[in-house]
Amino acid sequence: MDTGIVSYGAYVPRYRIRPEEIGRIWGADGKGMGKGLMINQKSVPGADEDVITISTEAARFMMARVPDVNPRDIGALYVGSESHPYAVKPTSTVVAEAIEATPALTAADMEFACKAGTAGIQVCMGMVASGMIKYGVAVGADTSQGAPGDALEYSASAGGAAFLIGSDKIIAKINKTMSFTTDTPDFWRREGQPYPLHGGRFTGDPAYFKHITSAAKMMLAEMGTVPGDYTHAIFHQPNGKFPTRVAGMLGFTPEQIETGLLTPSIGNTYSGAVPLGLSAVLDTAKPGDRIFVTSYGSGAGSDAFDITVTDEILKFKRENAPTVGKIIQDPIYIDYGLYTKFRKMIIMPE
Amino acid sequence: MREVAIIGVGATKFGELWDRSFRSIGIEAGTKAIEDANLSGNEIDCLFIGNMSAGRFINQQHINALIADYSGMATNNIPATRVEAGGASGGVAFGQAVMAVASGVYDTVLVGGAEKMTDLDDTSINTVMDATADADWEAGMGLTLASLYAMIARRVIYEGTATREEIASVAVNSHFHGALNPGAQFRKEIPLETVLRSGPVAEPLGMFDCAPITDGAAAVVLCPLDEARKHTDNYVKVSAVAQGSDTLALSQRRDITTFGATVAASKKAYKMAGITASDISVAEIHDDFSVAGILALQDLGFYRKGEAGKAFLSGETRVGAGKIAINTSGGLKARGYPIGASGIAQIAEITEQLRGRADKRQVAGAKYGLAQSVGGTGSAVSVSIMEAI
Amino acid sequence: MSSVARAWREFPGKYNLEGTKCGNCGMIFFPRRDFCPKCRREGVGKMEKYKVQREGEVFSFSVIHDAPACNSFLRPYAVAIVRTLDGVLIGGQLADVELDSISIGMPVRAVLRKLDEDGAAGIIHYGFKFVPKI
Repeated sequence: MDTGIVSYGAYVPRYRIRPEEIGRIWGADGKGMGKGLMINQKSVPGADEDVITISTEAARFMMARVPDVNPRDIGALYVGSESHPYAVKPTSTVVAEAIEATPALTAADMEFACKAGTAGIQVCMGMVASGMIKYGVAVGADTSQGAPGDALEYSASAGGAAFLIGSDKIIAKINKTMSFTTDTPDFWRREGQPYPLHGGRFTGDPAYFKHITSAAKMMLAEMGTVPGDYTHAIFHQPNGKFPTRVAGMLGFTPEQIETGLLTPSIGNTYSGAVPLGLSAVLDTAKPGDRIFVTSYGSGAGSDAFDITVTDEILKFKRENAPTVGKIIQDPIYIDYGLYTKFRKMIIMPE
Repeated sequence: MREVAIIGVGATKFGELWDRSFRSIGIEAGTKAIEDANLSGNEIDCLFIGNMSAGRFINQQHINALIADYSGMATNNIPATRVEAGGASGGVAFGQAVMAVASGVYDTVLVGGAEKMTDLDDTSINTVMDATADADWEAGMGLTLASLYAMIARRVIYEGTATREEIASVAVNSHFHGALNPGAQFRKEIPLETVLRSGPVAEPLGMFDCAPITDGAAAVVLCPLDEARKHTDNYVKVSAVAQGSDTLALSQRRDITTFGATVAASKKAYKMAGITASDISVAEIHDDFSVAGILALQDLGFYRKGEAGKAFLSGETRVGAGKIAINTSGGLKARGYPIGASGIAQIAEITEQLRGRADKRQVAGAKYGLAQSVGGTGSAVSVSIMEAI
Repeated sequence: MSSVARAWREFPGKYNLEGTKCGNCGMIFFPRRDFCPKCRREGVGKMEKYKVQREGEVFSFSVIHDAPACNSFLRPYAVAIVRTLDGVLIGGQLADVELDSISIGMPVRAVLRKLDEDGAAGIIHYGFKFVPKI
């Protein structure tokens, strides 16, 4: 039995801030910082948006594209994020209620830094393949935090995407998924702390690059493929620079990663990053397209996927929901003052 | 049914009465009304009080008992009842009191209205006001009462029945009269530009389109018409009390540029009084937001749709200027809007007009006067008509 | 708002625009009603759940400057009465919109947003708002 993607939906908040505006406040060369990170602007969630609302929007777009799927046939729903609004009380139950998948399903929130969304896809795949459930929903979404003035502030953004995993009428078959996981503390956030800390350059070679290249090489070896066999490749994108470099290290071309590389226009959506990149690729995918995906979550691990787009995509009602390109095409730019207000960084009287 | 007379009226000054408590203003208004009726107070056999939200403004429920106690009427153990109908609390309380006398159950009834608002902060006051709309589906969704009236105004402008300037001129009219009323909160005329340029509250409405936050109380004494002369020569007849209802939420109506409750209540009132709208020469209408004045004049039948705004803007709604004088007290906008007191204060103003005691704002030869009191966005409306004797 | 139960029992309406339809006369109601005001007794027991269309157009609107405490972070913010594609008038906030671009007739769609939260430790209230149609 084949397992794969039956539908997908993406969502990115409408607000944007530019790195030069952030740099203006902190006396830094924001423009240069943006250039170095390959980030022209980042998305900012509105004051009334969070991972619950972003996940819901993505999941509703996902469901809009499969009007024939009964939401009550969804047997599992997972939301992966490192910015769940509650420490205790699931995001996933709200999303399940909002797409009317309740009550006969299992639901849980996941966290694995930036790769909890792809971890959710893997769990759903296993449950579908085993026959436990007919459909599973995996959402990756974040309203990521970057400490004021920290390098992360130039990239940490918001967005997410949702995937309906099943075995019937799949638009993209997931041929294989493999993961590479070690205990590597390159980035973390303790309970109750508003902002994460990170190991600076330690987040590079021993963390991001080692895990992505290891998972990717495992996958290529297992599938007996070479980078040239894939139409598109999507790598975790904390900025524009890292995925471009890791693609080169593995032998993928800039053209292969172009469609799925959204960081330059929306920033690092953390758990939403690879799911959004994959959504952007599926927006234009044709039958037979082969997609290589490798996520990365600090702490650390990478999930790799080998995906083939099926003929079913021709009948798929992609037009029932906006493409990623359409969602991000008409932003509202805000200044740092409004940004601090939206992000609740201003201390208000009780 | 017995015919009913108003034999005494009284009101406190309206305004930010920092040194006055709820019970103190309530008693002042009642005492003045009893004095005006030449009574001792012992004749009163039933008490009504219109009050919207003492529970939230001063954390006091059961204010019927409080007023009965502090007015000394509890010593006679008379019935005391608090009436709540949002902004129409005072008007509806008046209707209840009139019916108590008309029915023959009670003979001498005191009906008061009181609200002490300034003991609460402004944001919380607005939250209380917003709760007169639908708490779950309007206020709970982030809509304020001001924004609901603003959406009415937007629609009125869009449909072409009044311009922004005409809507703003409702407040100008009220301030014109407020300047003539010693008891008013704002005793200052304002030009149209002041309203148009006032800070936005809920666009297109600005600060000067909205009635203020006010402390105040008013009271009137009622008795059977054929017994009025035993107490005083200076009384008026209550020709009609009527009340109408509508949906709680504004969005539940197909047309938001008319208040069906006003139309229904006024039709009933004119029929009870045996008159038509054209017989009214002075009216107090519920201008908690300027646009409500446009709707009121049309729904009460004083002007056709599209004509009320022109009347306000041209100034013909001012005392002595046209066929009907509107809000000679200053209305809610300039006299002030102590919510539960306003409906009773309107009755007091009409009574003074019909008794010829309205001084500088006197409408010459006024025979019939009307008072309209509105709760929420027209979800409850009372219309009362008084006649000079 | 502070009652968890009070918010919870309205989730179907607040999340998914679930109202009711009278099985007798076909009238659609939002928020839900247990009783058809038109059919009264004839409609008793015939009210059915009905999901109101999420898309519609602005029927009237305002921009609120004098904001309630729950929206102090949003002021000024827009509100609207929206006429949905199935003809229901619904009041709600208008989010993610350039305030000077709103007009009567503007196409909008309902999304889920945070409406309020009971302080930093209390529950977060979610419900519909409208945004410009993409």
